[in-house]
Amino acid sequence: MPSAREMRSRIRSVSNISQVTRALQAVSASRARKAEQAVAATRPYAAKAWQVLQHLSNQPGRAYLHPLLTERAAANRILVVLVTGDRGLCGAYNINVVRYALERFARAQAEVSYVVIGRKGREMLVRRRGELRAEFTGLPAEPVFADVSAIGRLAVDDFLSGRFDQVYLVYTDYVNLLKQVPRTVKLLPLELETGGGRVADFAGHAHQGSAYIYEPGETELLDQIVPRFTALQVFQAILESQASEHAARMVAMRNATENAKELVAALRLDYNKARQQSITNDMLDIAGGAEALAQAGGA
Amino acid sequence: MPLRCEVATQDKLLFEGPVDMVIAPGSEGEMGILPDHAPLLTTLGFGVLRVRQGSDEQAFTIAGGFMEVQPDVVTVLADVGERVDEIDLQRAEAAKARAEAALRSVTPAEADQYLALENALRRSTLRLEAARRFRRPSARPGKRAPTNDEES
Repeated sequence: MPSAREMRSRIRSVSNISQVTRALQAVSASRARKAEQAVAATRPYAAKAWQVLQHLSNQPGRAYLHPLLTERAAANRILVVLVTGDRGLCGAYNINVVRYALERFARAQAEVSYVVIGRKGREMLVRRRGELRAEFTGLPAEPVFADVSAIGRLAVDDFLSGRFDQVYLVYTDYVNLLKQVPRTVKLLPLELETGGGRVADFAGHAHQGSAYIYEPGETELLDQIVPRFTALQVFQAILESQASEHAARMVAMRNATENAKELVAALRLDYNKARQQSITNDMLDIAGGAEALAQAGGA
Repeated sequence: MPLRCEVATQDKLLFEGPVDMVIAPGSEGEMGILPDHAPLLTTLGFGVLRVRQGSDEQAFTIAGGFMEVQPDVVTVLADVGERVDEIDLQRAEAAKARAEAALRSVTPAEADQYLALENALRRSTLRLEAARRFRRPSARPGKRAPTNDEES
């Protein structure tokens, strides 16, 4: 049985922890909302860039297929861009996405290398002997496009140089505060037929038939647009993942706060019982002493 | 046929609405787009994009990107873009001074860094010039621009 003093300090430390977790919960909730808005803000650009790409690929008499749009005969080397978090305390968020990626590409008949975003993911991959091509850690809490455009550029350069035949993007899709799902998107070669996944509603504009005037040239334009679009997809994935991370952390912290509350209640009950017991014992002692004195005096 | 214009950067939708005319800094030269323009796709350079609606003209600084023109819609996808009325003159001055100082401390031999700095200087110079030339009078009653109520 721990002493009353020990129990008091235990109660205090648990309730201090619950204060910290409650604060973290509130912060994460607001961060998740902010990251969600940031994702929404990238959608107009993505939808329009996608639309332009569609127009380009639907042009009559297009003989030349851009290398970034061309599927290679054999996919011997695959690059996976894996988006994880820098920090823990967010439940199973990091392990879920890493495990998902490893399982997804375990059966691939190809060498798989990873570009990891986030310190946690790097640590896990290193432990699991994943092949690292590059790592990006310490991204700002609210990244802007310029912070992450290098990642997209790396993917495009590696693809064009022939170092990799396919590039995939694995991230955690933010569904809502309680649900986040790991997802895979094929980055390169860009598949124009499949609709680009997360680009919403580009069907509203169907201008077709008339040929474009190009300035400077069609090839130069594709040279610019496709890498830009790839980088944008990475950017969107990072924002989605951050929203997911914050949401996961919020839930984890809420659970921790609730557990702490229960623990404090249980500890306080024990403590009060012990306190009552010791008072009762004291009273018994006093009563016993008084009784003894009274008997001694009477005799 | 009315012309619609949309200006977006990767992280923000800068402008969306009906316009009479768009004047854009194409990479091959400045171009004005009126309704019923032939379909056009072009890259953009450094410069100021102007969107005219009646007597009102809104200006945006643009640094790279591309523009798609359809007969009834102009879509501008900018790498970097900013509404001229929202440029903070003091911060822009400071940024320019910083870029100039940094540029003096590296030699052209360090090509990567030199180019990046030169770009930064070009951007900040562009912002300053744009702010001086194209800021609407309504947004500048005194010498310094008020930060609120610029939209309307």
